[in-house]
Amino acid sequence: MKRIREFFSIHYSPSTAVKIVLALLPFLISAGVYYKFASERHAINPDDKLLPLPGQMLDEIKRYAFQRENEELFKGSEEPVSKEDLGDILFLKDTLASLKRLVIGTSISAISALLVGLLMGMFPWFRSFGRPFVTFLSIVPPLSILPIIFIVFGVEEMAKIMLIIIGTSFLMSRDINLVIEAIPREQIVKALTLGANSFQIIWKIIIPQIMPRFLEMTRIYLSPAWLFLIAAEAIASQDGLAYRIFLARRYMNMAQIIPIVLWITFIGFIMNYLLKVFIRWRYPWYMAEGK
Amino acid sequence: MMSDHYQQGKHVLYAENVIKVYGAKIVLADIDLAVSRGEFVTMVGPSGCGKSTLLRLILGQEQQSSGTLIIDGEAIEHPDERRGVVYQKYSLFPHLTVFDNVRLGPQFTRNPWRRFVERKIVRDEAMKFIDKVGLTEHASKFPAQLSGGQQQRVAIAQALIMRPAVLLMDEPYGALDPFTREELQEFLLQLWEETKMTIFFVTHDLEEALYLGSRLIGISQFYFEGKDMKARARGARVVVDLDLGRGRKTPATKATREFGESVRFVRHECFTPGISMRVIDLPLRHPDSFITLDAEQRGEK
Ligand SMILES: Nc1ncnc2c1ncn2[C@@H]1O[C@H](COP(=O)(O)OP(=O)(O)O)[C@@H](O)[C@H]1O
Repeated sequence: MKRIREFFSIHYSPSTAVKIVLALLPFLISAGVYYKFASERHAINPDDKLLPLPGQMLDEIKRYAFQRENEELFKGSEEPVSKEDLGDILFLKDTLASLKRLVIGTSISAISALLVGLLMGMFPWFRSFGRPFVTFLSIVPPLSILPIIFIVFGVEEMAKIMLIIIGTSFLMSRDINLVIEAIPREQIVKALTLGANSFQIIWKIIIPQIMPRFLEMTRIYLSPAWLFLIAAEAIASQDGLAYRIFLARRYMNMAQIIPIVLWITFIGFIMNYLLKVFIRWRYPWYMAEGK
Repeated sequence: MMSDHYQQGKHVLYAENVIKVYGAKIVLADIDLAVSRGEFVTMVGPSGCGKSTLLRLILGQEQQSSGTLIIDGEAIEHPDERRGVVYQKYSLFPHLTVFDNVRLGPQFTRNPWRRFVERKIVRDEAMKFIDKVGLTEHASKFPAQLSGGQQQRVAIAQALIMRPAVLLMDEPYGALDPFTREELQEFLLQLWEETKMTIFFVTHDLEEALYLGSRLIGISQFYFEGKDMKARARGARVVVDLDLGRGRKTPATKATREFGESVRFVRHECFTPGISMRVIDLPLRHPDSFITLDAEQRGEK
């Protein structure tokens, strides 16, 4: 009784084993609940598409990730089939297409935000000139101008990348600007008393100091970047993971949708993790500050 | 319009009629101050009286509203390598190791070619200063890995390597524990004797000011001007200026009766709101001190 009360109190400090069990619990519970409902539906209708069983999903994964696009069509054909006729492995093609858009979009967005944030943070004239406008732009809901983006940039790659850039770069500029303004004035004065010129202050003092925070920010902005990527691919695309999801939706093909969603989640998790590890490795002083 | 108190070769720092106003608030009313080369000036004053403001003016970080401010024979414009500065916090660059922090000044002031050709000279110089402040084995650590006292030692080395005309220190020991503080006081005195540099040291600790300084300056807003004997809000001016001598001091000095009396005297002059003096009677006893007053301020009109 006492131990139970202890467990639910704010004083409880779980051991590593308990922590792992507690962390796994919600995953196991939701998987279990899903499986229960799925098998109930399948007992009534073996072809149920709404809550596919793991076997159905595995079949879809096999078809999507390990077979070429037209492999089924040529099954059993006697003549040799050329690679072109067989088509691509769609999973690979979609993943690469989505990642390319995401990485290009986020990189351009982050670098331009760094430049603008830096100029606003360093030069008073640029702050007065740029900040109100950037603030205005950052409040415009990016999805509301999606039609404009499609009209201006067409429906090809450019439009999708632009949506990511427009959706993240203005907010990022403002955030970087804030980070730069949070650098104590004393640091700049100190650098000046050491004989630094403006260029050296930016290059040797400001940029190295904001670099880890900048990467951290980029890491956080990957989430909205995904959001805009998915929106763009859903509306106008010939490939990409989100395109595939929305295509599968037409056939109510949940067995394909669920694995792709899990795959996107996994990619997001890995990118997040790699950036974190990189920051820790590259900027030991940042970790030493305990931030 | 300058008076004839200024002596170019002698006075490394010179202020006359310096006034600083923020909006409608007069912070510094009329600072007159001449500091000779090699002096260890400590500045005290009630909190909020404008000590940091005066320091910012000397640094060139802000401009005085009126008056003359001269460093090493030239009017002050922006912060540059003629003044070194050590703050209570933020003196060090968190992303650089101790060695890189100390090496920064000599690197900044060389063009890329000389930086390359003389990199060994710069390295040896930096190590010499790190050695001088006793942190040789910590040279490759980041500031966050050092104690508060060690960080301030690095900050001093970082400023000293530039050999500034004046080393400005803004409550540098304010965040240290008493033991470290005493240790760093001794260290600074030793360094001052060795290098004979000019130091301008702001503190709110009277004992520290009296112990360290060869000259003590108190600024305060509590004084009377002219015929007006009513207390009212004013900007600060120098109200105490004492010659403490350049003799060798030991921690035992702090225990003497004389020292105690000096503390009481300055506290009475400078930190007691109820007690104010007429400007003509202020204890400005240092040989370099001067005050520029017009007839009205003297109370003759
Ligand atoms: N930038 C500023 N704008 C307006 N008032 C200021 C500014 N800086 C300082 N002050 C005012 O000037 C006075 C002196 O401040 P400061 O120089 O920091 O005093 P001290 O260092 O002696 O404690 C304070 O009353 C403060 O409110």
